[in-house]
Amino acid sequence: MTPHLIESPLDPRQAVLDQVCRAGDPWMATVRAGQTLRILDLEGNQAVDTLFYSAADPEERYSAADTIARNARLYLGAGSRLYSSEGRVMLTITADTCGRHDTLGGACSAESNTTRYALEKRSMHSCRDSFLHAMCHCHEATSRRLGKRDLAPNINFFMNVPVTPQGDLQFADGISAPGKYVELRAEMDVVVLISNCPQLNNPCNAYNPTPIRLLVWDRPAAE
Amino acid sequence: MKPIAADRLLLEELVPGGHHWSGLLRRGSVLRLTDLQGGANVSTLFYHHDEKLERYNMPDTLKAQHTAYLTAGHTCHSDMGRVLCSIVADSVGWHDTWCGAVDAEQVRAKYGDTSFQQQRNDMYRNGRDGLLVELGKWGLGKRDLVANVNFFSKAVCDETGGLRFVEGHSRAGDAVELRFEMNTLVVLSTAPHPLDPKPRYAPAGVRLSAWRGDPVTADDACRTRCPQNGRAFANTERFYAV
Ligand SMILES: [Zn+2]
Repeated sequence: MTPHLIESPLDPRQAVLDQVCRAGDPWMATVRAGQTLRILDLEGNQAVDTLFYSAADPEERYSAADTIARNARLYLGAGSRLYSSEGRVMLTITADTCGRHDTLGGACSAESNTTRYALEKRSMHSCRDSFLHAMCHCHEATSRRLGKRDLAPNINFFMNVPVTPQGDLQFADGISAPGKYVELRAEMDVVVLISNCPQLNNPCNAYNPTPIRLLVWDRPAAE
Repeated sequence: MKPIAADRLLLEELVPGGHHWSGLLRRGSVLRLTDLQGGANVSTLFYHHDEKLERYNMPDTLKAQHTAYLTAGHTCHSDMGRVLCSIVADSVGWHDTWCGAVDAEQVRAKYGDTSFQQQRNDMYRNGRDGLLVELGKWGLGKRDLVANVNFFSKAVCDETGGLRFVEGHSRAGDAVELRFEMNTLVVLSTAPHPLDPKPRYAPAGVRLSAWRGDPVTADDACRTRCPQNGRAFANTERFYAV
């Protein structure tokens, strides 16, 4: 399969936000309707576990099932529309140099690490713990009283989780590489919650979580 | 499917197509869902009854078992590393875990407008509202609605991830049996699957039958299916031990 790759014309020097999220850290920000968010895989094969909430009503949030069923596709790429739990388009993928992003693998957690790897792995860092940490400390979450009830199946940007026609779920080596990125245009005001995955048990990332860069551009003046 | 001993039967109930239901299934009980006319779809969610923040987790269920669908031998994992229920029997072979529940707008777009005033009990209902109505009865709501299982439905993907709904997958009399490993709130809707291409709104009804099951043995097929399931059972036993 040849992925459908689209490069972005946006210039990082014009970005209104340009930040690095270190390996294993959470990140949270609001992206306004019309703005574009770029998630850049700085060193390659990093899993970026991402959730979106409507900034106006956080009970409306990214829905994996609605996104899968309404696109009639398991993977995300250029042109994919990300749907909310209310069946509305939250964001559109406008550029993508990776080719495929995962909707099924969800976030690692201390508890699922005990089942997937070993009971004594519970104390290791995990994405759900990072999500909950952000929910305790970031204004975007505390002002909306977001908590564990608001954690639903997320997107794993840059992660490759192919499903065979027989229905086997595989954790394949990543298809990302240093400098690959995905860009999303917000179709409503959204709160972005990222856990830059700290997973040390998964060969997909060569047991080495790495940093990502996040950029936001305003809507082009011509629009 | 084996006959159910009358002295063990806990519940027998019919849920017509398009309707919704919820109830508590205690640890050790077994629930059989039977497709009465063929082509049923049962959008189902599971919550730990004693602590409803713990709930069915689609990614954890699929990742632990390296599967993208559910059938006999699989378990439904919670987000807390435990087993809510095990699929101990299944005549269907594939239950969808991806596509969620249909909503009011999708039902209107696909099947047309109806109202209770015109149609009475035959009005078209949708899965999302059915699940929300049942969740509301237990003090839960939109924040608790996550990706669900669609029992009796099958969607397959090609190598680009494109999905195709498999028609005629479940036949009249097909059944799936769930053994509960935790006290579990079951919330379900029998509205059509979101990708079902049939132009007419005619979801099949299902029969629910629950009974007291046998204790889980060390060589249980769901427990020994993979080491991940064994550890999830160990976590569940640890939870009930303390
Ligand atoms: Zn993770």
